[in-house]
Amino acid sequence: MTLFEDPAYASRMLTLLTLSFHIIYATIGVGVPLMIMIAQWIGIKNNDNHYLLMARRWAKGFVVTVAVGVVTGTIIGLQLSLLWPSFMELAGNIIAMPLFMEVFAFFFEAIFLGIYLYTWDRFDNPKKHLLLLIPVAVGGGMSAYFITVVNSFMNSPAGFDIIGGDLVNANPLLAMFTVSMPTKVAHVLSTAYMTIAFMFAAIAAFRLLQKKNQEYHKKSLHMAMKIGLIFAVATALIGDLSGKYLAAYQPEKLAAAEWHFETTTEAPLVMWGVLGEDNEAKYALHVPYALSILAHGLPNSEVIGLEEFPADEQPPLVIHYFFDTMVTIGMFMIILSLLYWFGMRRKWAFVEKTWYRWLIVAGGPLSFLAIEAGWWMAEVGRQPWILRGLMTIEEAATTSDYVGWMFVLFAVLYFILGVGTVVVLSYMFRKNPVEKDLERMQGGESS
Amino acid sequence: MILEIVGISVLWLFLFGYIIVGSIDYGAGFFNAYSIVTGRQHILSKIIQRYLSPVWEVTNVFFVFFFVGIVGFFPQSAYYFGTILLIPGSLALVLLAIRGSYYAFESYGKQGHKGYAIMYGLSGLLIPASLSIVLTISEGGFVFLEDGNPVLDYSALFYSPLTWSIVVLSIAAVLYISAVFLTWYANETGDKDATNLMRKYALSWSVPLIIAASGIIVELYFHNETHFENLLSLWWMFAISFVLWILTVVLIWKRRNYGTAFWLLTGQFAFAFFGYGIAHYPYLLYPHISIHEGFTNPAMAISLIVVFILGMALLIPSLYLLLKLFLFDKNYIKGKK
Repeated sequence: MTLFEDPAYASRMLTLLTLSFHIIYATIGVGVPLMIMIAQWIGIKNNDNHYLLMARRWAKGFVVTVAVGVVTGTIIGLQLSLLWPSFMELAGNIIAMPLFMEVFAFFFEAIFLGIYLYTWDRFDNPKKHLLLLIPVAVGGGMSAYFITVVNSFMNSPAGFDIIGGDLVNANPLLAMFTVSMPTKVAHVLSTAYMTIAFMFAAIAAFRLLQKKNQEYHKKSLHMAMKIGLIFAVATALIGDLSGKYLAAYQPEKLAAAEWHFETTTEAPLVMWGVLGEDNEAKYALHVPYALSILAHGLPNSEVIGLEEFPADEQPPLVIHYFFDTMVTIGMFMIILSLLYWFGMRRKWAFVEKTWYRWLIVAGGPLSFLAIEAGWWMAEVGRQPWILRGLMTIEEAATTSDYVGWMFVLFAVLYFILGVGTVVVLSYMFRKNPVEKDLERMQGGESS
Repeated sequence: MILEIVGISVLWLFLFGYIIVGSIDYGAGFFNAYSIVTGRQHILSKIIQRYLSPVWEVTNVFFVFFFVGIVGFFPQSAYYFGTILLIPGSLALVLLAIRGSYYAFESYGKQGHKGYAIMYGLSGLLIPASLSIVLTISEGGFVFLEDGNPVLDYSALFYSPLTWSIVVLSIAAVLYISAVFLTWYANETGDKDATNLMRKYALSWSVPLIIAASGIIVELYFHNETHFENLLSLWWMFAISFVLWILTVVLIWKRRNYGTAFWLLTGQFAFAFFGYGIAHYPYLLYPHISIHEGFTNPAMAISLIVVFILGMALLIPSLYLLLKLFLFDKNYIKGKK
């Protein structure tokens, strides 16, 4: 098996595994503090115990996922050096600064999260307690920002020259502000907020289907769907800008994702389908002019095709499906939340029907799937490069043996941590149902 | 020249911080598990939980800071250590992951779950042991080059007495540091039984600690003579460290000034750890990487130092707030809040 023979292949697989697992917790880590903040703010403003309880319950569950996010984040941080030592040697010279800053951002977040969690009843003015969440949410957002900066650098390296194989004229600041950075950072942040909003909407919808505490969960659902809608629309707009970035700076990635082989004007957007002979996409949905619009904003503009790149520099064509998964789910979520919002305002009955609730429940996991697909598209779409145009994954990978076995080891670990999270969270919330927490709050007792 | 000294000093200081905070943390987890197994849970668990809960995430950051910093300041070390540490590094990561997650699972989810407590107690004790292997490897003699790529000689590492002495020292240090700290903390909470028990643990780990530490100096004489001689020329640092050890033990023996005892212990480890580090200079990995050749470019070095200073300006006040609210707040530690 290649996994046990080829260290470069095994390193790719292990990185794929770690990132796919970590991104779930990282997304929760970025998104949840904002949701807690909004809920607690509404709760204080309207003096509504339901919202205060939402904040409290979310925070309780949040610490468990933070713990797993911290350890998997530590794993990927060190694994970068263990699996890609040559890349990290180069990266250390030029892009170490955001990595370093990320540690500070996280440190800051961790300290205030610790204080926030243990001071629910220590302030006479509840607004002071709410203020503690600001550094938590800002720290989480900054962590995402710094890490995405590093990923942007890998896609559009800048801020140095390579002369005779040596890195010279290093400018760490230029390396941080690369052309891909603005769209990537915005996309990562808005999708995280969107996904977490839809995650809470899914939980609330599920509870409503179980006929649990109607008032509490209806409020939660309503709030989450509205926030989700805002960020889903923002994500679509930013996604459009990402397409324009790709067309200008990484045309091979866009071409591979769209199965766009020949350079043409008035290019249609190919969705789904199966690749037949002569690179003909069968059973696909062709949206006329859409690719030209995505790439340059005009229906008759020219889009570079994959044929213009040497075969060994073309990204794998499978990223087409990753792209389509991401976009399809994104569109679905916009329509779902928009209909819900209109429906609630106009009192359309169907948005409160069982089947619609089930669609909202599905929206939670689907949003996470969209995040995964987006990252697979971003990372697999950079192949064969680890640092686009400069270093391939083969050159970067470790030469050690046994990487395949480490893959097995970490697969077992992630399985244990994943199951552990689910078991512990469901136990926590089964033991403390909403009704019980509400009684406690009204009784003035602290939990 | 001066930049790399600044860089390595900052990193060494953070590693020292990790050793102290991490030891308290990992030792506490182990004592908690041990007390559950031996049925003395009622004495210890409460104070340990109360101390650990708000600070555990902070510990991990010291470690991440160190390895991110070393890649930034000394990128070459990422290549060498990254290649050779695949297996020991991965094992340490698995232990760290189990420790961190199960700690949270137990304290936030299933409080008092025996299996979870034992899992994080044991994995915590093994983390310092697995990380200490890096110190052994850095002494040289275990890494050779094959086609220009560094390769770790696993069997030489496994059969070396130096490896095992350092492992023993790391475990003894964790239990000793943690016991001394918890004696102080338990005393502050006014819990007599817990204080007495922790005091007993502190005293019983003090002697194994000093034997293991002296043993390593002897081992080094056989393993890496340069390092040994450098250590001898810094004899006064180790002498101070030894005196501080005696003073700590005396204070604890006489049941007096537990707080001072803990700060003396910090001093003891600081002198020994910095003495060891200075004697290791200029090598990061004998004889392959020195801090001079492996250093990053000046632009990156200056940026990192600037970021470090700004970061500290942000963190020190926040850390102070954390300590003020939890560690030094009389009402909190006594369980009234």
